[in-house]
Amino acid sequence: MDLIKDVEKQYLKEEIPSFAPGDTVKVHVKVVEGARERTQVFEGVVIGRKGSGLKETFTVRRVTYGIGVERIFPVHSPVVDRIEVVKRGRVRRAKLYYLRKLTGKAARIRERR
Amino acid sequence: MTKAILARKVGMTQVYDAQGRAVPVTVLQAGPCFVTQVKTIRSDGYNSIQLGFGEKKEQRVNRPLRGHFARLKLKPCRFLREFRVLDAAGFTPGQELRANIFEAGDVVDVSAVSRGKGFAGSVKRLGARRGPMTHGSHYHRGPGSMGAVAPNRVFRGRLLPGRMGGQRRTVHKLRVMQSDAERNILLVKGSVPGPRGGLVEVKETVKGT
Repeated sequence: MDLIKDVEKQYLKEEIPSFAPGDTVKVHVKVVEGARERTQVFEGVVIGRKGSGLKETFTVRRVTYGIGVERIFPVHSPVVDRIEVVKRGRVRRAKLYYLRKLTGKAARIRERR
Repeated sequence: MTKAILARKVGMTQVYDAQGRAVPVTVLQAGPCFVTQVKTIRSDGYNSIQLGFGEKKEQRVNRPLRGHFARLKLKPCRFLREFRVLDAAGFTPGQELRANIFEAGDVVDVSAVSRGKGFAGSVKRLGARRGPMTHGSHYHRGPGSMGAVAPNRVFRGRLLPGRMGGQRRTVHKLRVMQSDAERNILLVKGSVPGPRGGLVEVKETVKGT
């Protein structure tokens, strides 16, 4: 197993801000449009982190125009340019799937300081 | 020169390519391998090389093999495998082969003994469809009809449950994503037969590329 970690090491990102489920983050995603490359921001609540090492992913949920959108990003993917923590949230579980059933005021998350 | 090497399957992970896409890869500990014997048309009637890989305690090696390794001044290898080659001229006995005989972009075939699944039913082993699990059906994962009644027997070759796995299987045309001569690591795109820690043979592909 150590050999696998060794292989993964060269692909791991060096700096990833510490963020946890409940946090609100801005994910800067590289998008290729034809020949041009630009960055797109996806802002929302982290509702879970999954996996370990190079295979770790996190799910970000946001509600736009009344429609819930969830995107799953690999933490170490080169497509994810930058992760910015906007707000720390205080939650009591690791996966916030219950947010999917909640809307409006009920879907708020208490802030952590 | 035909390229071939013995390796140990370490496990799977994923890496990112230049476009930022995640690529599933199998990590192989490939080599160091040693050429233990070179057979030519002159000497044996066909061209091949014998490769040794892994370590074995001296006291576990029987006398004839001990002599085989002593002649080459090599430590005894745990595995010995023979590979047919078109031309054995590029190989000398005792020569060391490392993972860098393959480089990123090469296309290889990987052979190994697949994981034994034991006595498997026709759904798992042959991909048969199963019957309904509900609505009063008592026929769930059975093998189906044995054929017509008239011949009073079941024809040979009728697909039935039986032993599955534990057989030599080759996966063709796997792309080498990365090779590291120092650590003797090969990253091959996709999955490879056999359990982690199992012996695998990596060869240049026989398919056109």
